[in-house]
Amino acid sequence: MLTSILLLFAASSLAPLAHRALGKRAGVCLAAVPALLFAHFVGQLGSVTAGRASAESWDWVAGLGIRLAFHLDGLSLLFALLVTGIGALVLVYGAGYLEGDPRLPRFSAAMLFFMAAMLGLVLADDAIVLFVFWELTSVSSYLLIGFDHEQEKARKSALQALFVTGAGGLAMLAGLLLLGEAAGTLQLSALGAEAARIQGHALHLPALLLILLGAFTKSAQFPFHFWLPGAMAAPSPVSAYLHSATMVKAGIYLLARLNPALGGTDAWHYLVILAGAATLVTGAVLAYGQTDLKRLLAFTTVSALGTLTLLVGISTEHSARAAMAFLLVHALYKAALFLGVGAIDHEAGTRDVRELGGLARAMPLTAFAVCASALSMAGLPPLFGYVAKEFFHEAKQEVPRAAAWVSTASFLGSALVAAAAGLVAWRPFFGRRRSQLSAHEAPPALWLGPVLLALLGVALGLFPGSLAVPLIQPAASAMRGEPTVVELAPWLGLSPALVQSLLMLAAGAVLYAVHDRALAALAPLRGLARLGPDRGYQALMAGLVALARAQTRALQNGVLGVYLLVTIGSAVALAGYALFSRATLAAPAGGGVRLGEAAVALAMVVGAVAVIRARTTLIGVAALGVVGYGVAVIFLLFGGPDLALTQFAIETLSVLLFVLVLRRLPPLRQLSPRSEHLRDGLVAVSGGLFVTALVLAATATPHATPLRDWFAANSLSAAQGRNVVNVILVDFRAFDTLGEITVLAVAALGVVALLRLRPEDRKESL
Amino acid sequence: MTALLAVVIGILYGAGLYLVMRRSIVKLVLGLGLLTHAANLLIFTMGRVSRDGAPIVPPGAAELTAPYSDPVPQALVLTAIVISFGVQAFLLVLVKLAHRATGTDDLDALRSTDQ
Repeated sequence: MLTSILLLFAASSLAPLAHRALGKRAGVCLAAVPALLFAHFVGQLGSVTAGRASAESWDWVAGLGIRLAFHLDGLSLLFALLVTGIGALVLVYGAGYLEGDPRLPRFSAAMLFFMAAMLGLVLADDAIVLFVFWELTSVSSYLLIGFDHEQEKARKSALQALFVTGAGGLAMLAGLLLLGEAAGTLQLSALGAEAARIQGHALHLPALLLILLGAFTKSAQFPFHFWLPGAMAAPSPVSAYLHSATMVKAGIYLLARLNPALGGTDAWHYLVILAGAATLVTGAVLAYGQTDLKRLLAFTTVSALGTLTLLVGISTEHSARAAMAFLLVHALYKAALFLGVGAIDHEAGTRDVRELGGLARAMPLTAFAVCASALSMAGLPPLFGYVAKEFFHEAKQEVPRAAAWVSTASFLGSALVAAAAGLVAWRPFFGRRRSQLSAHEAPPALWLGPVLLALLGVALGLFPGSLAVPLIQPAASAMRGEPTVVELAPWLGLSPALVQSLLMLAAGAVLYAVHDRALAALAPLRGLARLGPDRGYQALMAGLVALARAQTRALQNGVLGVYLLVTIGSAVALAGYALFSRATLAAPAGGGVRLGEAAVALAMVVGAVAVIRARTTLIGVAALGVVGYGVAVIFLLFGGPDLALTQFAIETLSVLLFVLVLRRLPPLRQLSPRSEHLRDGLVAVSGGLFVTALVLAATATPHATPLRDWFAANSLSAAQGRNVVNVILVDFRAFDTLGEITVLAVAALGVVALLRLRPEDRKESL
Repeated sequence: MTALLAVVIGILYGAGLYLVMRRSIVKLVLGLGLLTHAANLLIFTMGRVSRDGAPIVPPGAAELTAPYSDPVPQALVLTAIVISFGVQAFLLVLVKLAHRATGTDDLDALRSTDQ
């Protein structure tokens, strides 16, 4: 399985080369890679149907228990077939759609990259591996939505999709980690067996909420549905593939995958069913209000994703098979519709239903594909959409407690989607032919995919028992975590579900008939649509930018004093908190203070105060010198004669240097206002108090002396020196001293270089 | 004595921190000087101050015998004194030239890279 993923990644990196070397045939050649993988996965059908899941895994981050693990069961297989099969068709289509476009190599590379990521996502058996591929799909989706990167709208939509799904992805990562904590394993296929442990764990609810957030953002569930229509800025093949057939279903995949572990609880039922039903209705209502075919399809996709979420949320035997059947049929018909609409757009130059009409004679193959798919979307027999819809009606009877409003929601949604299907199927192809007189059938690359997908939909509808059951039964079993029997027939007979379906279709027909008038009547309400969650997103982003700007203005304002204030203040506050919350402060015992020592200490304190109060540089330097000599005396008094000598010498030098270099500077001025003095003084005093406390706390701890003892014992015997400090410097730690000398030499070079620099000269020459 | 030194070090740190937050560039340099002294004393004190005498092996002895003051912090401080002098020299020349080039000693007036 890793091989298939790597194969796609390799194809992705080779795509630009392939386009250069093979020219027009490159699209088909690249499509051969996913097509071969599709054949490979079809070959796996037998063993997976027989209930044998295959797995492979390698150690990855052994310390954290993360394995590069893959697992192929019914659910993964269904997705893998959709990803590779539709992927191959879309690559062929894309090569025709973008023929002659210099960006075609980039398109192929990004699509194959996405394909690899998506395949990895559905095959992953480790939560972290799943997350990595999940993020890769977000990133490649960003590249593909922003494909037309010279359009501002495309860039904005791409960024929006990335932010929404990326934020959800992070939440999901947190949720998966909590789930792993609760279950004791990150292996996805082992989670189902731990369901009781997980659901009784304290982390169950936080994990569930975070994972749902990830799934809902990815699958465009209400209120996160707004990014999906924006994503339609991508070229049609991208919309068909990512934003309808595969990527947006990743959220559904995650829910189905985790259903054995998390499903069945009240929280799961209510949250997932509620989100699904709300999305179903929202998407259907918004779809009905569109006249751009692509946007219309985008909103019906939102509605379909809501239906899938609803079905996963019900999590019964009926709902599992309905979910998998609907997943399959939706991928087929929606991909065909998007590709077909792309072909219409390509040939007729518009996607607006009000401007299209009568294209059936000019584009018979596209017309067939789109009509057959739209009828499947509406749920008419003998298409497979009919079977899925009947299953859906059966499953929703099993919604616990809230059956009534779920029924209402789905009735409304289905009727609106049926009307939308009518708009897609009828308007462009039948009726009076409008302006696009020159339109003719699309080239084979553009009709091949839609026609094949539509034919598949018809075939599945006619022979569901032999064609659809091998796909749906293992998938439903994997989703439920127990063997599930699925029986399918092309005609399900007269049942309450059928009556409902007929009622819905009738309602849909009425809605279709009044579409123009309804849109005109609802036109004044269009302003309301702007108050949707998209507005919230915009406000959030604007707020984020404003916050960043304010923060930058406050903290990064270019005033050195403020930088230091913030740095010192935070350091003192944080380190001080750590110190006072752990260490106990006690006055060190013994020692006493002699008069001379006290006098030196007093001189240093007076010197420090004098530096602060100095009015001229000279007084400041002199006072600093007093402190320096004080330090030297302390060294002398407490057993550091070498230190004292060095300090005396250096202090004398540095006072001289100060006086020589700075003698011509103006007197020290009071530049800042009084309030700033007070503020800085407060921070400085707390810094001083902190250091005093630190010294007291540190000297109160027992003094560990292994270094001191070692040097004391070896100084004479090993290094032939009696002065231990000197021996350390020139022998044991001689390289440190070499470094020190280097620093001095560099500083000296710097001084010479600076003195040679004459800024005035350069200014004059400018 | 450690308690007294702790207070002195605290005062030196407080004064140094206060000075480096000033707008006058010379005060900044003076403040850094105070912080250097304070830090050296701090490290020195970490070896525990004692009046036991320098860590020098007396003539005739094979190794140093207690009591003696800790040589390890002393070696560190010795290095620090010399390096801080190098840094200070560089800093002083830099300040001098900056003042000559910009004509101001106010750090707030030096906020942009253009003059």
